[in-house]
Amino acid sequence: MTENLKIKQLIDDNQVLLFMKGNPKFPQCGFSSLACQVLDACGTKYETFDVLQDPDVREGIKLFSNWPTIPQLYIKGEFVGGSDIIKEMYESGELAKLISQD
Amino acid sequence: MLLPSQIEDVIAANLDCDFIEVKGDDGTHFEATIVSPFFEDKSMIEQHQMVYQALGDMMKQEIHALSMKTITSEQWKKFNKL
Repeated sequence: MTENLKIKQLIDDNQVLLFMKGNPKFPQCGFSSLACQVLDACGTKYETFDVLQDPDVREGIKLFSNWPTIPQLYIKGEFVGGSDIIKEMYESGELAKLISQD
Repeated sequence: MLLPSQIEDVIAANLDCDFIEVKGDDGTHFEATIVSPFFEDKSMIEQHQMVYQALGDMMKQEIHALSMKTITSEQWKKFNKL
């Protein structure tokens, strides 16, 4: 429960938040790296949370979203998807739209 | 070592698919293309969740990463006509 609260707080506090392995400078997984590249390409400011530094969040986030893999992107409190979905939404222009919407 | 065909079998056993193809030869990273009538009217998140659900514990243990493309039966029919 406390982990859920922590995750909820993180998601609520950050407009665009990526749960990833490593950080944008040193991603520890190809899919996390891809997610960062896509967000960089969108020119948006985003925060990241390194799940490798926090095993409870690493497992907790999977239950929170019913999604078994990392990275996971949240925009304005909503789960957007993993790296495949992020990439597809970027290519279709949906991601930029979602980020710029009020 | 986990083979792509084993993943195809598990997904197909738990989710009705019109077409399924899984690629990947390192035993941990895989790429899947899945066509199912059950994807109709579902968001991309829901479609991927259905595949993860079909894989169950495999996703937690054997599979490190599964990149996937989910396609509805209707989209697939149009695609094949092109």
